[in-house]
Amino acid sequence: MLAKRIIPCLDIKEGKTVKGVNFENLKSVGDPVEMALNYCRDGADELVFLDISATVEGRKTFTSLVEKIAANINIPFTVGGGISTVEDAERLLKAGADKISVNSAAVKDPSFIDRLKEKFGSQFIVAAIDAKQINGKWMVTTHAGRVVTERELFEWAVEVEKRGAGEILFTSMDHDGTKNGYACEVYKRLNSLLGIPIIASGGAGNGEHIKEVLGSAGCADAALAASIFHYGEVSIPALKEELHKSGIPVRRIKNKE
Amino acid sequence: MVGIVDYGTGNLKSVQNALGRIGAENIVSSDFDTLQKCSHIILPGVGSAGWAMENLVATGLAGQIEKFTQPVMGICLGMQLMCSYSEEEQTKCLGIFPNIVRKMGTPANEASGIRLKIPHVGWNNIRPLGIDLFKGIGELPFVYFVHSYSADVNDRTIAVCSYGDDFSAAIGYRNFIGCQFHPEKSGYVGEQILKNFLEM
Repeated sequence: MLAKRIIPCLDIKEGKTVKGVNFENLKSVGDPVEMALNYCRDGADELVFLDISATVEGRKTFTSLVEKIAANINIPFTVGGGISTVEDAERLLKAGADKISVNSAAVKDPSFIDRLKEKFGSQFIVAAIDAKQINGKWMVTTHAGRVVTERELFEWAVEVEKRGAGEILFTSMDHDGTKNGYACEVYKRLNSLLGIPIIASGGAGNGEHIKEVLGSAGCADAALAASIFHYGEVSIPALKEELHKSGIPVRRIKNKE
Repeated sequence: MVGIVDYGTGNLKSVQNALGRIGAENIVSSDFDTLQKCSHIILPGVGSAGWAMENLVATGLAGQIEKFTQPVMGICLGMQLMCSYSEEEQTKCLGIFPNIVRKMGTPANEASGIRLKIPHVGWNNIRPLGIDLFKGIGELPFVYFVHSYSADVNDRTIAVCSYGDDFSAAIGYRNFIGCQFHPEKSGYVGEQILKNFLEM
């Protein structure tokens, strides 16, 4: 049975894992490779690394970090943050990334997804979509929610699938950072519209929230979270035990290492 | 020394990295004589079947792979290329295994109300059919898959996975093994499978 995936997300700035609220007051929470190894041992199913450094120097550091991660961890990982050209994608693929996530560049030029698909195949592309509710409609946003675009979430999600995205990572900007739970009803609707896997992100405050979004309330294929894992508020082995007990298929690893 | 077959499909690095983690020396090559000297051979593969077969023919290796007498492991598309035929771009493959590779998510699944998300991405458990490749990893181990096409089940199948229908998670015949999943990305279970392969 295909397992639902638990995905810790690491925000990286100048080669360090950071965490802040709405990209402000960033503080370092640890060495990315060390954290990644711990998550592997704990049974994380996949990892996501988002480069939030704004400088050319920071991007170079990120590429060499990706090489280090690829050499050290034995589960799949996705990298994202500022990927806007086929060359960016190729550089990260060569560094060892299994998938890339694209966001703003695709919103700006949707054919970017077609070009990525042509060159690397759908399995390499995770389309990240941020959106928030405005006058009852879910509108796609960029720049951490500060810029609202003309695109409507559900239409955009269908379009990115058609253009060749292999998975969708949707973050509700209304829920992100609140720790009040995921936007379950949105994931459920996405699930009924799309034929590709959906990764839920934004709002996890405890294990119960993850159970909801992966269960019948959200029907998501994977749940992504950051701070609850980084700060040890939720342990992955305990979470998986809990999910298993409530009938959600998960991969539990036996700790023999 | 493990020889990794290079036929221009890229992304050989994750296989190299995985071998590095279990301490296995390896070399990437498209030269038959170089590969022939290796103790084990891995045929990786990412991309589409038609395009990959063309690349394999272009390196001159297409007709040579079946001549290898050491253990050979095809991974993902590498395994599919070792089958007889793939529906993907109607590709005639190497024919080492008699299996046919078909698009996943059949109309029969749809008709019975099972909606399958394709590609089949993520961790799924496999049912190994008792050979050494799978020793030491438990009864229904989870391994990592990413694919849209799969090989049917027949008497060469050595592990079964179910996603809508049953398909071959692994195939074996003489010194040849194919894995539809990615042992190089399947955590400690994957590492054990690679170690078992290297003991063959």
